[in-house]
Amino acid sequence: MNQWKNFSKGFIKDNPVFVLLLGLCPTLAVTSSAINGLGMGLATTFVLLCSNIVVTLIKDFIPNKVRIPSFIVIIASFVTIVELVMQAYSPALFNALGIFIPLIVVNCLVLGRAEGFASKQGFISSVVDGLGMGIGFTFALTLLGAIREMLGNGSIFDVKFTSGDAILLFVLQPGAFIVLGYLIALINKMKKTS
Amino acid sequence: MEYFAIIIGAIFVSNIVLAQFLGICPFLGVSGRVSTSVGMSGAVLFVMTLATLVTWLIYVYVLVPFGITYLQTISFILVIASLVQMVEIILKKISPPLYQALGIFLPLITTNCAVLGVALLTQSKNYDLLQGIVFAIANAIGFALAMILFAGLREHLNLMEVPKGMRGVPIALVTAGILAMAFMGFAGLV
Repeated sequence: MNQWKNFSKGFIKDNPVFVLLLGLCPTLAVTSSAINGLGMGLATTFVLLCSNIVVTLIKDFIPNKVRIPSFIVIIASFVTIVELVMQAYSPALFNALGIFIPLIVVNCLVLGRAEGFASKQGFISSVVDGLGMGIGFTFALTLLGAIREMLGNGSIFDVKFTSGDAILLFVLQPGAFIVLGYLIALINKMKKTS
Repeated sequence: MEYFAIIIGAIFVSNIVLAQFLGICPFLGVSGRVSTSVGMSGAVLFVMTLATLVTWLIYVYVLVPFGITYLQTISFILVIASLVQMVEIILKKISPPLYQALGIFLPLITTNCAVLGVALLTQSKNYDLLQGIVFAIANAIGFALAMILFAGLREHLNLMEVPKGMRGVPIALVTAGILAMAFMGFAGLV
């Protein structure tokens, strides 16, 4: 497969959030602001990339029957690393993301790429796939966070541009569902016309 | 009274699906029909209660005494994964009808973040064993409530005239948003 195609498929065509609908729990939960979405996206990208690399390197040594539990252990180790590093260097983000950092373990996107891609493909393809999918995920979370922050708080990345009140509903839970629903509809429309 | 607050809080005020965003995958994935969502809810109730019980014991009697609480994520997910597998095997042997009803939903539960989420929340809230089990059961009931309500709504949506671009997932998400708005009315109850 052409590596550039492999890398770029995660943005729009096979975007993990908008098209594949994977990893929706963190997507909806942490995107109350753009910076939280970006932080979560980067943490997931790191785990995705590292687990893809390890899985593709040891795929020949894992018996087929225990492959899923071994993938979960690999993923959980990297999640623990992210958890500890974030707690040490970015406590504010750690508190904002809360329980959703350990929950990267059960993000179906990470396990899905390990099982569906890295366990079958070579090293370079797996690295490229992990990066592409991770960036696509980060892009989706940041976009969703930015829209919700803009509508609900009148700011992007904590830079305020309105002085009046904003529609608070969009930073609360219902706003997450509604904004994502309309974004997916928009992407479906764009895909049909292009 | 204290248990009452836990139960009402978990079912209505901070509903696990609509307020905490845990278990969204099955919430969107298997909510097409009321009957399948009842089956999924049953399986979640079963596994969530058992998983919370086992992870609580492991946390208090293994992780804390050895000072390795940073291994909580790894150990919890391993316990849950093997628990699901074990429940599947046991159910197949002792109760084939129940296995028939819950069987296909069980493997999906390993990656249901609601189960791991509740196990982790029980620890972060410092519940004792009984409180933890009550919390798990109440959360499972909250999951079932949201799931069955949503499945009922989606069955009706299938008969509606929906604009072309909004069909399928987008309209389901917007509906879930409105449902979440309704649940916000419970805020401040406890």
